[in-house]
Amino acid sequence: MDDLSLYILDISENCIDAGAKNIEIIINEDTKKDILIIEINDDGKGIDEDMIKLIQNPFTTSRTTRKVGLGIPFFKEAAESCEGKFSISSAKGIGTKVKATFKHSHIDRKPMGDIAETLIALILRAEKTEILYYHKRNGKDFTFRTKDLKLQLKVKDLKQVMLLNSLKKIVKQKISELQ
Amino acid sequence: MAKLKIEDLEKITEEFKRKMTLREGAGRVKITVHLGTCGIAAGARKIMNSFMEEIEKSKATDIIMTTSGCAGLCSREPMATVEVIGNAPIKYVDLTIDKVKIIFDKHVMKGAFVQEYALSVGSEKIQ
Repeated sequence: MDDLSLYILDISENCIDAGAKNIEIIINEDTKKDILIIEINDDGKGIDEDMIKLIQNPFTTSRTTRKVGLGIPFFKEAAESCEGKFSISSAKGIGTKVKATFKHSHIDRKPMGDIAETLIALILRAEKTEILYYHKRNGKDFTFRTKDLKLQLKVKDLKQVMLLNSLKKIVKQKISELQ
Repeated sequence: MAKLKIEDLEKITEEFKRKMTLREGAGRVKITVHLGTCGIAAGARKIMNSFMEEIEKSKATDIIMTTSGCAGLCSREPMATVEVIGNAPIKYVDLTIDKVKIIFDKHVMKGAFVQEYALSVGSEKIQ
């Protein structure tokens, strides 16, 4: 995958498939400490202990459409190839937490990519899942919550192409302001 | 904590209301872009984006856009399914932005599916 926003999309889709009501995507960039942390948490059905070990291996998946699952191993590889760490922890019935740490300035660290497009793709995918996006960079931060937007717009779902196109522009601008 | 500020939300609300007044009832066409790991890695998010831009350009208000997971044909990603309600859904494979424009114009807007980009048409050949 070309950039981190695509990994975030891929991992977050697992959360939706796990029946999560809430997904938190938390990004913390600190260029002084030279660190980038991406956390994706959900309150989905959780993964049992045996599966957690297996899932980090590319030849495992809970899906039945094909026999390999590459999402988690890809993300792990992306972090570990730039002096980073990867962890996944889960509790059955409570949820799953995925955390990847990267050396911010590492030559192999993939760029962030287009987070706004990732959020839009998740909104289109989610039936009953609320998304919280929190991005902090060197003290500046930005929060986006689908719940807030629905309340403000007085709508039950956000799956309107024109609305999402405008939302994408605004989120893109807000994230660029963190730079 | 900096959030989407009230004025941002108002901007979205205003634009949304303006566009909603144009909306007509239920969907006529449903477009699904497959965003599994395979699709994402093959560039399916760009395909999704490009369909959304085409929808906006066309000003059509009866097109439903959605995404789904892996369809099980990873080697043919990026893929999208176009369903003109009442007709059989057509799966398009190996998509590019140029193909999206053609499919949008011919199939989504005019209802004639684009045979050459579809996964398969007709039954298997019996040897």
